[in-house]
Amino acid sequence: MPKVIKQDGSIFQDDWVVVERPADGESLNLPDQPALIPADLWLAGKEHYIGRKNVGVWFDSHQEPEILAGLVNELDVIAVNFPKFADGRGYSIARLLRERLGYRNELRAIGDVLLDQLQFMKRCGFDRFVLRADKNAEEAARCLNFFSQGYQAATDTEVPLFRRRAS
Amino acid sequence: MYVYDKHDRQMAAERVEQFRDQTRRALAGELAEDEFLPLRLQNGLYVQRLAPMLRIAVPYGMLRSAQLRRLARISRDYDKGYAHFTTRQNVQLNWPAVEDVPNILAELAEVEMHANQTSGNCIRNTTTDQFSGVQADEIADPRPYCEIIRQWSTFHPEFAFLPRKFKVAVNASEHSDRAAIQVHDIGLQLVRNASGELGFRVHVGGGLGRTPMVGPVIREYLPEKDLLTYLEAVLRVYNRYGRRDNKFKARIKILVKALTPEGFAEKVEAEWAHIKDSPTQLTREAIEKFQTYFTEPAYEQVPDVSDDLATRRFEDRTFDQWMAHNVDVHKKPGYAIVTLTMKKTGTPPGDVSDRQLEQIADLADEYSFGEARVTHQQNAVLADVRQDRLFELWQAIRPMGFATANLNKLTDVICCPGGDYCALANAKSIPVAEAIQRKFEDLDYLYDIGDLDLNISGCMNACGHHHVGNIGVLGVDKKGQEFYQISLGGSSHHDAAIGKILGPSFARDDMPDVIKSIIDVYVDNRTQEEAFLDTYRRIGIDPFKERVYA
Repeated sequence: MPKVIKQDGSIFQDDWVVVERPADGESLNLPDQPALIPADLWLAGKEHYIGRKNVGVWFDSHQEPEILAGLVNELDVIAVNFPKFADGRGYSIARLLRERLGYRNELRAIGDVLLDQLQFMKRCGFDRFVLRADKNAEEAARCLNFFSQGYQAATDTEVPLFRRRAS
Repeated sequence: MYVYDKHDRQMAAERVEQFRDQTRRALAGELAEDEFLPLRLQNGLYVQRLAPMLRIAVPYGMLRSAQLRRLARISRDYDKGYAHFTTRQNVQLNWPAVEDVPNILAELAEVEMHANQTSGNCIRNTTTDQFSGVQADEIADPRPYCEIIRQWSTFHPEFAFLPRKFKVAVNASEHSDRAAIQVHDIGLQLVRNASGELGFRVHVGGGLGRTPMVGPVIREYLPEKDLLTYLEAVLRVYNRYGRRDNKFKARIKILVKALTPEGFAEKVEAEWAHIKDSPTQLTREAIEKFQTYFTEPAYEQVPDVSDDLATRRFEDRTFDQWMAHNVDVHKKPGYAIVTLTMKKTGTPPGDVSDRQLEQIADLADEYSFGEARVTHQQNAVLADVRQDRLFELWQAIRPMGFATANLNKLTDVICCPGGDYCALANAKSIPVAEAIQRKFEDLDYLYDIGDLDLNISGCMNACGHHHVGNIGVLGVDKKGQEFYQISLGGSSHHDAAIGKILGPSFARDDMPDVIKSIIDVYVDNRTQEEAFLDTYRRIGIDPFKERVYA
């Protein structure tokens, strides 16, 4: 069971598991636990999945969140995978899900998620973080809170500093 | 000049404490080297061939005297007593200890300086013309926009892990481009539209390195209020679609080329349509607020003093040469722009000692309202010198080594640190620069050759911008031996062009004579009016080839 970090750095455990993309020709097997399945496969079988509370989706970094336009709030959990921490596409995916597609539910960072990337993820709209297993979740609270504010608007701050200064 | 408010101060302090924590974890083995790498790079820290190197940001090249003095102190206390002006208006320390870097950053923050995003795959320091605000043909002062971009790009949460580094430059002059905007990832040219409103012409996808390219225009006119939303759209398209599978194909220029400039522009426009009216759109009040930091200093009403200067120049030929080459016209009567050249033969281009940094600080206080500027040609500028004090200033700077009257001449070499310092370099660059400088020591000969950009890079990464030198020199490695490849016809100015390779490379010892042969071809073929580049463009590369490889 993964340890999950919230935006305030607190830690809890839950049952969500990430279901890898099945090999070509094989079908997706849902486990008994709540499962995150590849977003495109969820879309392909959406009649089957909509309304199922224990099925969420995950995006890989090369995927386009726009494929779920109009449907995102049918999901309780969306995850974005960081295949390598230096792959920054997940930040754009998160902002698009939140700011463009209006996703309001849980947005989870998975994959190569390290402590020093949490602050950026939080600003881009992630509210749950599953750290890479070898990293110490107890340090997350400190790493999430080095900065008291940011210059730019992002998902967490609608108004950039230049407008806040002026008022 | 920009002055931090409480928000800037707070974030600068928070950044230092964050990096202190990261450095502690790295030294304790809690962060793997590859995990610490992007964190230290985004705080300016490289680990180089001989020692770590710290690249300190000088936003758009502006420095107050107190900042120069602090740089001098830091270079003395933490380094070997000298620093290096880079080709992107930054300052580098060559020998700091990794564990000292958090303290160095704390000392920098005290004088409103930092090393944020001076390296790594993120948005780098924004650069501009070193004559901003003091030249006559400027459309508007570019520095408020540079500061707006600096703040927007600083710790931008979406763009901290781009496919590759990303450089923005802004130019405001109508007739010149000292910021080389067409060889940047984004080049912004300030323009006015038919109604006289300010905006930008946007170039995207220029760059040097392995695949040199002049950046195409993807938008002819962008209203100034839309600056940040449009940049955000460009960056988002790049972040999502730029190549990440091959480091050498990851710059935005490759994406622009793959999509074609039109195709790329369409993607940007589509993204921008969603965000152009977001709160990131600039307000008039915000732009005006930023402009208040870049108002004119307290100029005195003084007339031009051409008669007196003419007499002095007539009496002293060396002063006359310095006036002719290192002093530029100022927009205010009675004032002048002075470039302090850092290219004295025998010193690596761009290197300054702690003492020299303090001398520049003293000169700035005495002659130029306490401010100095760094140029991407690795010189320093005093932008607001009274003409009636030019002779006195010249006398003061001669013993300091800042008065070599070779600005924009062949010996005003742009040069990277090269194989003497840099782990990436294939070959040394500084000794080549010096050997060429020695070959062309005679000033009359140098002036007769006229304005000429000679750029030297020690490797493909092109920190010496060799592709855009009128004469470019690239260090290459052939079976462990250092060789040098020459290109001709590059330009980083309004008529930006990538130089063409002359032919097989040369051994280091041959380089001064090879350059001399190239110059001879120019001198033999030029018409009276022609600069080197003009002659090259008229006669082509073949006459140069024939002479050099004869």
